[in-house]
Amino acid sequence: MAIVTLTIDGLAVSGRDDETLLSIARQHGVEIPTLCHLDGLTDVGACRLCLLEVEGSTRLLPACTAKPVEGMVVHTSTPKLQRYRRMIIEMLASEGNHHCAVCVSHEHCELQRLAGSVGLQSVRVPYLYPDKKLDATHPLFVMDHNRCVLCTRCVRVCHEVEGAHTWDVGFRGIKSEIVAGLRVPWGDVESCTSCGKCVSVCPTGALFAKGATVAAMEKRTAFVKYLVTARRSKEWVGDILEEGDE
Amino acid sequence: MTVEELGEIGDKERARQAKLEKRVLWCSAAGCVSCGGHKTRDALKKAVKQAGLEGKTEVVGTGCMGLCGRGPLVKVAPDETLYANVDEAAATRIVAEHVAQGAVVEDFRVDTTAPFFTAQKKIVLEDCGRIDAMRVEEYVAVGGYSALARAVCELTPEEVVEEIRKAGLRGRGGAGYPTGLKWAIAQKARAAQKYVVCNADEGDPGAFMDRSVLEGDPHRVLEGMAIAGYAIGASQGYIYVRAEYPLAIERLRLAIKQAEKLGLLGTRILDSGFDFRIDLRMGAGAFVCGEETALLRSIEGRRGRPRPRPPYPSEAGLYGLPTVINNVETLANVAPILTRGAAWFSSIGTAKSAGTKVFALAGKIRNTGLIEVPMGIPLRTIIYDIGGGPPEGAEFKAAQTGGPSGGCIPSQHLDLPVDYESLATVGSIMGSGGLIVMDSTSDMVDVAKFFMEFSMEESCGKCVPCRVGTKHLHTLLEKLAAGEGTAEDLALLEEMCVMVKETSLCGLGQAAPNPVLSTLRFFRGEYERRLQPSEHFQAGGGPERAGS
Repeated sequence: MAIVTLTIDGLAVSGRDDETLLSIARQHGVEIPTLCHLDGLTDVGACRLCLLEVEGSTRLLPACTAKPVEGMVVHTSTPKLQRYRRMIIEMLASEGNHHCAVCVSHEHCELQRLAGSVGLQSVRVPYLYPDKKLDATHPLFVMDHNRCVLCTRCVRVCHEVEGAHTWDVGFRGIKSEIVAGLRVPWGDVESCTSCGKCVSVCPTGALFAKGATVAAMEKRTAFVKYLVTARRSKEWVGDILEEGDE
Repeated sequence: MTVEELGEIGDKERARQAKLEKRVLWCSAAGCVSCGGHKTRDALKKAVKQAGLEGKTEVVGTGCMGLCGRGPLVKVAPDETLYANVDEAAATRIVAEHVAQGAVVEDFRVDTTAPFFTAQKKIVLEDCGRIDAMRVEEYVAVGGYSALARAVCELTPEEVVEEIRKAGLRGRGGAGYPTGLKWAIAQKARAAQKYVVCNADEGDPGAFMDRSVLEGDPHRVLEGMAIAGYAIGASQGYIYVRAEYPLAIERLRLAIKQAEKLGLLGTRILDSGFDFRIDLRMGAGAFVCGEETALLRSIEGRRGRPRPRPPYPSEAGLYGLPTVINNVETLANVAPILTRGAAWFSSIGTAKSAGTKVFALAGKIRNTGLIEVPMGIPLRTIIYDIGGGPPEGAEFKAAQTGGPSGGCIPSQHLDLPVDYESLATVGSIMGSGGLIVMDSTSDMVDVAKFFMEFSMEESCGKCVPCRVGTKHLHTLLEKLAAGEGTAEDLALLEEMCVMVKETSLCGLGQAAPNPVLSTLRFFRGEYERRLQPSEHFQAGGGPERAGS
């Protein structure tokens, strides 16, 4: 472990070389949009919202997995990056069947917030209107694939934190889908402990508690980092009930 | 097994072959077999028996002889006469006239002084079509495993890496990363266990270079892997081969067993202190598993999805340990470099792209087949001299290299030297070696759509730009191909291509737009010709869409 100094958006900052650029940027108040990232879970670099421009590199780097290098000059919000982020959100909006007005996560949805942050009113690509199913076989929770953005937070929290590995990804490409067990109804999966972690970390209304009405589903995600830190370093720090966490 | 004993095996095999008057070699590669190769073999054997030549003549199945479009192919050794289109009747005649009486059957003879043969330069394929892939003795008899012997007995691992680095060998899987550099990183990495992985998950449509090497000369790949293992300090290798190559798998299995039996793989290889095992892992049909990080995950028994790099596999690869992952053709170059030296290898090809490249020549061309050419050869020489140009009445339009990750090279760039950098300047890539020639009947929008459909189907779905982007790009291409697209659609297509290229996680997504971008660059007219008048400028603006 070493300390490196670098420049993020013109700001001279320093960080440990085993930290990610995302972590360093956020510690210094630089906001970078993310979706698949969640503090406490392994990063997968899948949503591509946190891509950064690094001077001297032709490739864009995902902040959530890229490590700092001494003297690095990083830009987090160039016009190109803003354009690409908008397109990614357009792609996500067109991919599922997102109807905010009737969604349990209305007003508390990360996709909705992201769309708002880039001022997205309509998308330029055709909506795909996929034929997705809803799985309400679990006694407590519901998985509505129509609202899933395939961030795989549920898969990771179930595997890494709860240790059950009830969720995984089935199929590939545009047909990808989160599957319970070996693609059986959620209620039939014996590995599920009904802990509800997946529901809590889901950024949209894809996973929600039964009985929730429109806009009633508020997710709390800070517990993941709290639990992971506690388990790893035996330090019970951080407020798990922090307001406005995501 | 000692080095001396290895030499004895070679001597014995050469003596055995020398006792034979003739060896009749028939091509047992998939191309020739699919057009009746087995019948040819049976006819050859029957004719040899009838002529009472058993004992003096042997009929041997070999790897690919190259001229796949004119199979079944048969070669008579030692005079190396090549025959094409050898059906059963021709086979009988070849034995009766050439083998028995020494009279060459001119009706089926192929002129091997033609440019198809003389313009090629064979390193990777030098033994393909010459030796029986099922017998390790034949490989040893042509010098096989002597490079491994030299490495483990005479050279230090550092010297082996230095030799490969000086040779200038670059990855033949398509990206062209310097192999020596990859090995050096893995060698320097400190770990109790390291791995060598051979990427044999060849998946580009129309490409069959790696399959031909594995089927025709499997020991060459094993030897390359063992040398890599010695160089980086690995004791375990894996060959990740696609399950759709059953013959290659069968031959590899046999080759590994033979090499283990002779002590060329396993513990204390050639009486040295070096141990190296090779195991096979079969792919389950996902193109993305040709991407190295997805391939490694697949070997680990997990879902084959790529992960962001760095860290590169040479630092953290299989099970998080330092791993050298090389393509089949790259590994097939290793033994010749150690045998003949780095200077010899780097003298072939160009300064930045040393050595040769194997291409699978297909499409609207006279001589379809498997070829190996020195790097830097003009595309024109490949297509017109080696390939014989388009068939009668057809006119060359474009050459597609790199499959779904590559681009179309139009006629104005025919004099382009074929090397990594030059192909990149025209928006294509070297790729793994597929080379498809197209004539005026090929519609370039359709070509782009075909490859985009392939990438869309093969996207793993992990990152958004590739998962959703390829779907939208394909829809836009369908619309444009059908003549229903507008100028806005075309602009969006172009914008999204650049975005998907720059933002996708792995090579599949990053390269998926290449066929579109390259056809847009050289054949834009074919897109514009069928545009509809723009709806954007009509009253009322664009079509109403529900906001989310």
